[in-house]
Order: sequence, then C-alpha cells, then structure tokens
Amino acid sequence: MGKSEDELDASLCDATELTTLKVWQASTGKDQLDSNILIAINMGYVDSQHVVADGDEVAFFPPVTGG
Amino acid sequence: MRIEVTKHAIDAWTLLKDYETSRTELAGKHGASIVFLGRMRDFNESDSISEMQLEHYPGMTEKYLEGIAETVMQQWQIIDVLIVHRVGQIKLADTIVLVAVWAAHRAHAYAANQFIMEDLKSKAPFWKRETLADGQTRWVEKNTLGKVIR
Repeated sequence: MGKSEDELDASLCDATELTTLKVWQASTGKDQLDSNILIAINMGYVDSQHVVADGDEVAFFPPVTGG
Repeated sequence: MRIEVTKHAIDAWTLLKDYETSRTELAGKHGASIVFLGRMRDFNESDSISEMQLEHYPGMTEKYLEGIAETVMQQWQIIDVLIVHRVGQIKLADTIVLVAVWAAHRAHAYAANQFIMEDLKSKAPFWKRETLADGQTRWVEKNTLGKVIR
C-alpha cells in the first residue's frame, strides 16, 4: 500500500483499544479503509476492528491475484 | 502433503512423477489423482502480455497454503495434497501453479482440487505485475472467477 514497513508508537493513537483501523489511520492519514483492502495480523487475516497487541505485525494489502 | 513457493521454474510432470514415487503410501491406494496447472498466457483483458512478476508475502503465503491443504484433508476424503506456486519473474507458458490431489474416488479429488484453486486465487497473498507488449507494466487488480461451466 505504498509502504513496505512502518513503525508506530501506540501512544499516538487516541483509543483505549488499538484496532487495525486505528493503525491504518495513523500510518496513512486516511480516515477510511477501502473495502477491498485486506488486513492481516501476524500473518493471519483479521477485520478492521481487530485489536492489535504490542509487537504484532500488521499488514494491509490490495486484492490478491495468485494462481 | 507438501507446500512449496519457489523462484525456480516448475517442471510439472517431472515434479509430479518424483513426488508420487517418493510417496509410497499412494501406490495402490488412490483411484483418482487430479492435477491442475496454471500457466502464463500471452494476453489479459484484451492486451498482449510479454512477461510477469509475481510477488508474495513470505511466511503468510506458505502459512495460508498449508491452511488450505489442511482444510481439504479434513473436508474431503483425500490421501495427499501437493501445492507448488511460482514467484519472481515469469515467462510466457511457464507454470505458475501446480495443485495435485490424490483420493480413493474422483468426486473427492475433483472437489478438493477446485476448492484449493478458488481459495488460493481469492485469498492467498500473491500479486501479479504484468509487462505489456509495449513495455508498460501494471498490477493485476483482480482474478477471473472460476465458476463451474456445464
């Protein structure tokens, strides 16, 4: 999604629970997450409301086109 | 069961022969083996394509493919599954993906093989960047649906 890697300080996010949507907003500056964007935490698919824990690897990527 | 993501060219039939030979539990036990080979064609969306770069998410891609194989082993009566997917620079006619399923009966093998391919194409983290005949490159934005034609 334009960045191969980003490091965020969780305290930057004004939320009691840090969701993947909050990570997206903090990293990109965009409010909305496009519906076709896929999200993974620690290499497993999750949704935009999934809570992120300290040290988690969060990935956002476009529709896949393998095979 | 074997899952592999490789940068090297896939010699599908040699690979299959070697795999079957190495899996002694298959001999005499399976009545059906279904093999799907996905190959690179020279056109997409009405444009001529000369080559392609295939990227993946190391770690997650292998994990996802293992999950698909485990799902079909539980859902159908399958003896063995082999999935090999290419990454890196792909040339015309190269094999991109090989999916082989062995079962006692064909219905299970057909169903499991199709499930693997459709799930792989819609969820496994791979991305294609194709080079058009005029040298321009573009990301492939979606795969075609593999619906059953009767």
